[in-house]
Amino acid sequence: MTAPLFPPISMLAELTHRCPLQCPYCSNPVELMKANSELDTGTWLDLFRQAADLGVLQVHLSGGEPTLRRDLEELVDGLAMRGVYTNLITAGVLIPQGRIHALAEAGLDHVQLSIQGAHADTAELIAHYRGGYEQKLETARRVRAAGLPLTINAPIHRHNIEQVPEFIELALSLGAERLEIANVQYQGWALLNRDALMPSREAVERQVEVVTAAQERLRGIMNIDFVTPDYFAIYPKPCMGGWARDAFVVAPDGTVLPCHAAQTIRSLSFERFGERALGDIWANSAAFNAFRDTDWMQEPCRSCERREIDWGGCRCQAMAIAGDAAATDPACIKSPIHARMRMLVDDAQTAAREHKGDEFVYRRITHAREPV
Amino acid sequence: MIMMSRPERSIITRLSMPSLPDHVRIQFDPIRQAWAVLSPERVFWPNDVSLDILRHCDGQTTVAAIITALAGEYDASEDDVAADVVEFLQEWSDKLLVKP
Repeated sequence: MTAPLFPPISMLAELTHRCPLQCPYCSNPVELMKANSELDTGTWLDLFRQAADLGVLQVHLSGGEPTLRRDLEELVDGLAMRGVYTNLITAGVLIPQGRIHALAEAGLDHVQLSIQGAHADTAELIAHYRGGYEQKLETARRVRAAGLPLTINAPIHRHNIEQVPEFIELALSLGAERLEIANVQYQGWALLNRDALMPSREAVERQVEVVTAAQERLRGIMNIDFVTPDYFAIYPKPCMGGWARDAFVVAPDGTVLPCHAAQTIRSLSFERFGERALGDIWANSAAFNAFRDTDWMQEPCRSCERREIDWGGCRCQAMAIAGDAAATDPACIKSPIHARMRMLVDDAQTAAREHKGDEFVYRRITHAREPV
Repeated sequence: MIMMSRPERSIITRLSMPSLPDHVRIQFDPIRQAWAVLSPERVFWPNDVSLDILRHCDGQTTVAAIITALAGEYDASEDDVAADVVEFLQEWSDKLLVKP
């Protein structure tokens, strides 16, 4: 390694894979972990201390549904004591009265609440959970009542892409200061459900117009982060800000990952916290070093002037579509198989017209593999 | 539909008394030996001039007084400082990182 190793800035802690919702695009792996493989409170607290020592400034507490962890207040407190900025990423259902307030008291800094549809029926269809929509709105109100800033996360796909204007109005009415219009990333569960979720090109173009106009109109009122859809892109995203560059993910059992889908790259093996110290994993893990910086790149990335802008894009998407984790992300127009993205979009539209693509494989723990 | 007053974009004037919202924190990072601004989902690394402006954002000092103070600190004319300060604060207000 010739490039200097930078300390990580942020960490996504998947505290559990348990979740009341069954969204068919969940970013958790298809092989979900059961509760008995989750790290205990003391181990998470030790991991958070090591993360702060290493330079982590922000921790995103996610899942599954992180509020299912009864020790969440204790975990937030441990992070707050170290001055780490804490962000709770929640589905906002089954949260008892008083819990949000208790988390705020423990030092929580921010809440990101997912909403699956701008109408109750869409939200219920996607999450496969009745009554969830009303609970989410109540959670949003409690977040604001506790004085916490709120981000609404709206995962976008064929079944709700026309609701983007209503998502914007909903987020405003809930007092959100940020809205993520996040087009689904086709990894894991979303890859299984790609034909059922992929929007049409026309809908994506309308969405871009709506979001761009709203960003201008709402400047200084609400920030809209637009996570654009890779399958319609010209250039790839700098996935995770570059592999193992300034962020990492920890799975419920303590497996430390460069991104939440990294285990789809079967040639890599990953270390668990506890067996090795976090700093050792960050610096020395073969999986972390596999795609760090630019030395691993092939053409056209290797000589591309954008190589340190997008870092070659998403390794997992390269694996899923090009069959080679070191290939250029096919979202890039310079990828030799970029045209395949358009074909996959067209295939999904054909499937939709023939009503073959509307059956979801819902996220279920019954797909779980027993912990080894 | 419930009628509610729509929030509006805040415009920074010389009479504004800017402050950081509760959920935006400036803290010194001993690992990187630099000041970081922590905000929802983002970390910023402001330069020295930006930090000097942010340090005056205590909610009790007007933009006019911040300009006077910075002109003194930099030994520059208020006119030279004013445009930069207002532009910076408007940009950060638009990102919801500064409360006017």
